[in-house]
Amino acid sequence: MAEAERSLPRSPAVAVAESEASAERSRARRAWRARIRNVLYPVGVVLGVLVIWEAGTRLLEVPAFLLPPPSAVAVSFIANAPLLLFHGWITTAEILLGFALSIVVGIPLALAIFLWPTFSRSVLPLLVSSQAMPKVAVAPLFLVWFGFGLLPKVLIAFLIAFFPVVISTAVGLASIEPEKIYLARSMGFGATATFFKFRLPNALPSIFGGLKISITLAVVGAVVGEFVGGDAGLGYLLMVANGSMDTRLLFAGIVALTVLGVVLFLLVELAERLAIPRHIIAGDRGVHETA
Amino acid sequence: MTQTKSLSSETNAEAAYLCLQGVSKVYATHDGPVRALEQVSVGARRGEFLSVLGPSGCGKSTLLMIAAGLLRPSSGAVSIDGAVVTRPRTDIGIVFQSPVLLEWRTALGNVMLQAEAKKLERTAAKRRARDLLGAVGLSGFEDKYPHELSGGMRQRVSLCRALIHDPNQLLMDEPFGALDALTRDQLVLDLQQIWNKRRMTVLFVTHSVPEAVFLSDRIMVMTPRPGRLDRMIDIELPRPRTLAMRETPEFAAYIREILDLFLARGVLREH
Repeated sequence: MAEAERSLPRSPAVAVAESEASAERSRARRAWRARIRNVLYPVGVVLGVLVIWEAGTRLLEVPAFLLPPPSAVAVSFIANAPLLLFHGWITTAEILLGFALSIVVGIPLALAIFLWPTFSRSVLPLLVSSQAMPKVAVAPLFLVWFGFGLLPKVLIAFLIAFFPVVISTAVGLASIEPEKIYLARSMGFGATATFFKFRLPNALPSIFGGLKISITLAVVGAVVGEFVGGDAGLGYLLMVANGSMDTRLLFAGIVALTVLGVVLFLLVELAERLAIPRHIIAGDRGVHETA
Repeated sequence: MTQTKSLSSETNAEAAYLCLQGVSKVYATHDGPVRALEQVSVGARRGEFLSVLGPSGCGKSTLLMIAAGLLRPSSGAVSIDGAVVTRPRTDIGIVFQSPVLLEWRTALGNVMLQAEAKKLERTAAKRRARDLLGAVGLSGFEDKYPHELSGGMRQRVSLCRALIHDPNQLLMDEPFGALDALTRDQLVLDLQQIWNKRRMTVLFVTHSVPEAVFLSDRIMVMTPRPGRLDRMIDIELPRPRTLAMRETPEFAAYIREILDLFLARGVLREH
């Protein structure tokens, strides 16, 4: 009753302004809740899995060398932290060098493919068939050629990671509306300016798409290299832990590798955010608007 | 030189500014060569608003691209003040059917692109860009990115980009074709206003009969493919033209004339 009496003398304009404000408030509330849900739900799922895992291994008395409970993995992780850090650092260096090499070689290669049709025709089939070859099979060969040090791991990481960079860069450079090129020409931009003002920015979302795939592949490459013949790195640590049936350490190593992979991926994503305005990042809107 | 002289006398035009002489364009396709344009000769006077009107696929856009120097005619020649065009013309402003804005630049940044190409003095160009955006009702939207603008707004930005360097000629390829009717009317009025002030030569490609009659000094009506010049129609309505003028018998008579022509050519059919 009191509510109705109070609202009577108000002008319609005030009423509209009020409903506007309340619409904005409820929108903000919804957005906030959605953000919390986005964090809460995945964390909940992970915690749930860990709890089931922990309870299952304890109740069923699974031997620790088969499947250690998460708590034991955590203890091992903390106890071996210096070891993991030392080997993690080496693996990180291999990954980053392999990734950097992928960029340094991949992007100019893509440029050449884009600018020079003859080159494209002669080299692209070779490039594609090089990808059909299982690169893990080449790893022992690299060992013979380049020894046990950093180099073979970097090269394997590069070999696995550079292809997406080449393809996504070449595709990004080629996929531009013809009108944009017509526009550039009618404005009087030369070839170089057209490239830097039109083509390259147009290709950046695609290039970064390739870089994001590439960084995860570089992690695989480095670990494969360490498996085949290493004396350091997380992959080597996994082999050692496996050999001594220290499954806890094995799991701790896997966790460390996962964290490393995610962090590196996020760093590439950060670079993407800095390099191009958010709204033209490929797939970004789709991912975040479904949330 | 003598050649261009003799040809331009053919196409009349006291002081024809843009001159197309016997322009043909043939495209090679998988199904064999396609004639898009056949022997089109036309002269646009300086300061004239000339529309190219015709059904889809009659080579209107090809004609515009050739006039811009962006496409080479298969035969025939294009000349500006008697000088044959052999490379893309940079003294023009061009507006396509889609806005063709760079997604990573703001509205102002997109307009400034033209200024960067022409190496115009930056602060003055910026001031002019803001003025232009304001003139088409985009004050306050200078720092918005294309995805934050409506279709009509984007096309206005594209128009400003074509105007910032004060071009001698404006080439427009169905610029309002993708817009809703009301937005279209507004942009037609905006364009008339801009043209009234500056009186640059305009080549306006459209398939909208009322739009062509409303804006033009002359309309060149094209035949269906292969595109040929069918009839040149002078529009002698007083300027500035108003929306009310569209209801007058004179306006209707022009529309009628063009529609009759389309009926006669089989472009339209009255069952």
